[in-house]
Parts: sequence; structure tokens; C-alpha cells
Amino acid sequence: MYHYDETDKAIVHARVKQFRGQTERFLAGQLSEDDFRPLRLQNGLYIQRHAPMLRIAIPYGMLSSTQLRALASVTQKYDRGTGHFTTRQNLQLNWVALPEVPNILEDLANVEMHAIQTSGNCIRNITTDHFAGVAADEIADPRPWAEVLRQWSTFHPEFAYLPRKFKIAISGTTEDRTAIRVHDVGLQIVKNDAGEIGFTVYAGGGLGRTPLIGQKMIDFLPWQHLLTYTEALVRVYNRYGRRDNPYKARIKILVKALGSDEFSRQVAEEWAHIKDGPNTLTAEEVARVAKQFSAPSYDQFTAADLASIAAQKNEQASDKAFARWLERNVHAHKVPGYAAVTLSLKTPGVAPGDATVAQMQTAADLADEYSFGELRVAHEQNLVLSDVPQKDLYAVWQKAKAAGLASANIGLLADMIVCPGGDFCSLANAKSLPIAAAIHERFSDLDYLFDIGELALNISGCMNSCGHHHLGAIGILGVDKHGEEWYQITLGGAQGNAARIGEVIGRSFAATEIPDVIERMITTYLALRQEDESFGEAVARLGLPPFREAAYRKNETAGEPAHV
Amino acid sequence: MSKQLIKDGQLIADDNWQTVLIGDDATADDAAALVIPAGRVVIPAAVWLAQRNNLLTRTEHLHDIAVSLAPTFRVEDIAHDVHRFALIAVEFPKFIDGRGYSTARLLRERYAYQGELRAVGNIGRDQLFYLRRVGFNAFLLPPEQNAEAALQSLNDFPEVYQGAVDQPLPLFRRRTA
Repeated sequence: MYHYDETDKAIVHARVKQFRGQTERFLAGQLSEDDFRPLRLQNGLYIQRHAPMLRIAIPYGMLSSTQLRALASVTQKYDRGTGHFTTRQNLQLNWVALPEVPNILEDLANVEMHAIQTSGNCIRNITTDHFAGVAADEIADPRPWAEVLRQWSTFHPEFAYLPRKFKIAISGTTEDRTAIRVHDVGLQIVKNDAGEIGFTVYAGGGLGRTPLIGQKMIDFLPWQHLLTYTEALVRVYNRYGRRDNPYKARIKILVKALGSDEFSRQVAEEWAHIKDGPNTLTAEEVARVAKQFSAPSYDQFTAADLASIAAQKNEQASDKAFARWLERNVHAHKVPGYAAVTLSLKTPGVAPGDATVAQMQTAADLADEYSFGELRVAHEQNLVLSDVPQKDLYAVWQKAKAAGLASANIGLLADMIVCPGGDFCSLANAKSLPIAAAIHERFSDLDYLFDIGELALNISGCMNSCGHHHLGAIGILGVDKHGEEWYQITLGGAQGNAARIGEVIGRSFAATEIPDVIERMITTYLALRQEDESFGEAVARLGLPPFREAAYRKNETAGEPAHV
Repeated sequence: MSKQLIKDGQLIADDNWQTVLIGDDATADDAAALVIPAGRVVIPAAVWLAQRNNLLTRTEHLHDIAVSLAPTFRVEDIAHDVHRFALIAVEFPKFIDGRGYSTARLLRERYAYQGELRAVGNIGRDQLFYLRRVGFNAFLLPPEQNAEAALQSLNDFPEVYQGAVDQPLPLFRRRTA
């Protein structure tokens, strides 16, 4: 992974000093709340319901074991012992004290981490595939490009006060795992006939109040022009994006208003002026960064080794619990004899995405012992060990299980994406965690979950859509009706290459109704599905009516005590 | 009165430019009708455009006229005239409105403007580093701001990643191996 040189270190430490000064001026009354707000937001600091919330950047989801231990230590020292991993691959702490934040940032800077631009109307953390570098279907590793973009966007002087936040995601695989089409800018790595790397650029995607799928700007942007083209695009947005209404200020609204042809024409016109300028990338720089993402020193396994590993695995898989974990939480790796492992942060009874200090430490230990000391954060709010020898899978499973990190539910209904919701977030209209807990409780039987199969269930506590509810095969959105919390359901959303925004099925439900509603729709799916058809595929084939009918059908459980 | 103008890294005591304003809802007719006083005066760019032919005849005083660009003003519309101005002011009615940053870069990088480029309005020390990077060399801080203390923030960072006006070369073209 990328390691800071002296300049990178100096810049991050200068940021700590700058923010310490700003915090001191605020606490001394020399800086008003209005003037301080954008400054603290650009350091990831929100003022929330209970205490300030600090969002720590995990650039493109990559962590060393040292960094994860530092996150554990910060969580222990300044918070209440639990951190929350987000859909933007970051970590949030919900109980920090404002005067201590500069000290937290100092601790983080010592391990090459920060909270720079994790909030505010600026270019946010660049996200990518949590299997980057190990995926079998990879065209090229997206991480060097993500790092190049991270440096370009860090303290970009022109783009610190954009109309609204700006999120970039980059995918290096044929199957998009990074939701690039619902980002302000989505970059898909492609190769041309000559084998040269370039990017298909999408812009104007986003969730929130007006969910839209990103539009293609350019088919093949040669890699040298990544920064100048992006700069031209963000400049057009900075100049012409709406600033009169925060709900209409994202780039997607501008792209929609102008039409994607006109918007891309304006970008091309702007780009013509700066193309081939000094910000044009050099092969030397790309090589310098790419070198730091070179493959670890994998063991070479002979065919005989691999056969015996497979035999051993088959034998161990007679343990049904292990077999299930292998099926759901272990993923193909491009190197024979290796696998990627997801450490589930979706254990029933625990808020999705939450990890305790002890779990972070265990994950760091596992990374050191079995995965070259590195981890990833998945945007589905789990941790990933990307390079585990298959011969060690059983040992990893046992240790992960002991730490509560081995729920065999990745990709299943229980692997919900959930925002912190009204329990913590001051923007939320409704709580999301109790809804997730009630669903976990209702669908606690693993046989049942496996029978239902792959199903993305995403929950957001408000229209800001941090829980990506639009992209869930089942989406749940918290809404406020006359001061009461209600939940709207969408069906048929999907991420990936066939990204699709889910459709609202009808009037919203009370919290207590949700588990029954979900269960009735699942029962309908099980009755109607064709062989190997997932819930999402069944919705695509059958349309909403059978599910809507099920959702609103009164059944015998109505009136029973709530599960919430 | 305390010194509120920073120029080229120094506090400046006497700012001998007078600013003439028109309201936000001013029409083209208002812009055309505005009476421009003698002396060094900053006028809205819209007024410059409305009275351009007339103002160009004031050749001996032309250098006494500067323009001020509102956030919505398209800098392209005065591109051909920028060489005539000794001062261009860019307005920041709210510091969170960042359009002026792009305006400044275009003035310097695309239209080769060489004169004083002044950020005015609701700006403070925490914006100065970025403002300087995009090409501003002068900053008129509001009266409640401590301009002397603000000077320190011009040097908040020892290095920068991306090329801009103050340092056209991105760090990756300057890193020593």
C-alpha cells in the first residue's frame, strides 16, 4: 500500500496544526459557529445528537494492521470503545470531545492517517473495490489511480467550496463493485486495442432526494489526462452548479438540467484549455505510486500442494458452519492457493458496520498473521483480509468466530447496509438501527437466510441515503410524518454494472410493521421464484405487484407485539 | 482605522481605491446610468460592460478604473479587457461560495491577467492559503477580522500537491526521487 514520504507527512502534520489553531480560536470565541462549521466539516467533524462525530478517512478502504491498531487505540482513548465503518469506506467515532479532536488527528497523522475532506462541500474520499489488486476479473489495479486522485484532490485550492459534496469512485474490474454509476464522478478503468489504460468517465450519478444514474462523459480518457479532465469537469460544476438550494446543488442536478451532452460539451471545452498542461500525469509518477501497490510475496504452491489444500478444505468443510462461512465469506483470488476473506461486521445484535476495539485489534492480528499486514474496508461495511492462504482458512475462521467476526452472511439479507440513523445522526428523520435489529432478529435462522439467497437490504434514516437504500433489492427509508418515524420501502434497486434505482412500493409503514412486511415479501419470493433466481431477479421479472400485494396484506401476525 | 488590506504578503495602510456599488437587483439600465466619480474607482464589471464605449474614451484616466466581479459574473465577458485594469476585485458575499476561486484561476492562467487580484467580502484567514494559490495577491478582510494574525495563514502548508497559479507544477513534477 501507499506509504507517505517526508512531504506527505509534512502536509498532514501541517493540517493538524492548522486545525488545532482553528479549534482554539473557535473555543476562545474568536471564530463564530458559522465560520467554524465548514472548517470542522472539512476535517470530518460533525456536531451530532450526543456529541461531535469524527469521520476518519480510510483512503479507498486500504488499511495497514498498524493503522487499524491506531484506529482501535483512538477509539479506546477518545470514544466509547466502538467505531462505525461506513459505505464510503471510512470510520466514524460517535462520542469524541471537540477540544480533543486535534489530538486525535495528531495520533492519526503519526500513522499516516487523517480526516481530511471526509465531509464538507469538497472532494471526498475516493472509493474503490475492496478486492482491488486480488480480483480475478481485474483490468488494472484501481488503487494507484485512487492515490493519484487523493493527492490531487487533497487541499485542492479551487475546489474547497463547491456547491455541494463531491464523491469519486473508481472501478478496475469488469463487474463494478464500487457503485460508480451513483457517484458524482465514476471512473471505469478500460484498456484500448493497444493495451493502453484509460478511463470511461461517468458524471452526475447520485442517490439522495433525487437518485440518478451517472451519464457517460467520455468513452476512453487516456490515463495521462485523468487529472486535467477531472479538473475541467469539477471546474464547470464549481462555476455553474446551483448554490441557491442545497437539495439541488449536487452535480447530478446540473447534468440533468443541461443534459449530459451539453454538460460533457462544456467539460470538453474547458478541458481543451488545460489538456497537456502541467497537471498532465507522467509515467514516472504513476510508476512511483503503482510500485507501492505491487503484489506481496505470495507463496508459490505446486499442483500437489494445491490438491492437498483442497482435500484438507473439503474435509474441514464437513463442519457445516465452516462450510457456510466458506460459501459466503471467502472469495476467489487471482493467485492459486489464496483467497480473500470478509470479516463480517453484520453480527445479529450489533449495529451493522460497528466494530469494537477488541475486534479491530483481532482483525489487525489476523492481517499480520495471515494477510501480509493489510486490510480493506468494504463499502458494504465489512472488513476484508485480501490475501489469505487457503490452507489457513480454518484457523482464520476459528479466530474470527471467537471475535464475533465470522457471521456467514456476506451478500445475504443479514448483510444489510445501514446508516447510523436517528440514534446518532442529527440529519436523520428516523432511526435505522432498531429496524436493522428487528430484521436481524426475524431472520436469525441461517438455514432460512441461505435459502433466501443473495439479497441486498439497505436502510437509510433519511433522504441523504447514506445507507444506499435506493440500491437495495429491498430498500428501507426513514421518513418523518408529522413528527413520527415512518418507513418507505423500495424494491428492485441494484448496484454493479446494471445499477438501478429501486421503486417505491406505496405508503410507508410504522417501524413495528417492517419485519412482517419484509417476511411477507420474502415468502412471496420463495413461492414465485424460478430456479436460482435471486430476489432482485424475481422483482425484475415479476414487477412490483405481487410484492406490493404481499407487503400490504394484513395477516394473522398483525396486532401482535412489536419486534422492535 | 486598522489595516484590513493584505497585499503581496504585507498589511497595507492606505487603500486608495473607492468602490461604487449597484444593488444585486440592478438592471442593465441601472448599470448604464451609474455615475462614475473621478479618481481611482472600482466599478461592477456589469457597469464596465454597459458603459464600455464611453469609458474607453477616458483614456487618460482609464487606469483609474477597476472592476469588481460578482460570483455570477462570467469572467469570459471581460476577457478582452483585463489588460486594461490595474486592479480586479472578486467578490465573496459568502465565503462558502467558491466560484471566485475558479474566476481567479481563469484570470491568471487563461487570460494572463498581471495586475492586482483582490479578494473582497466575507473572507477570513482560513481561506487565505487557498485564495493565494488560485492567484489572489490581495485580500481585503472585513473590519472584525484580525488581519495581522491572518498573515500567518498564508503559510499554513509547507507543500502542495496540485499545480495552481502560485506553483504551476504539481508536486509529482517536483518530487526528488
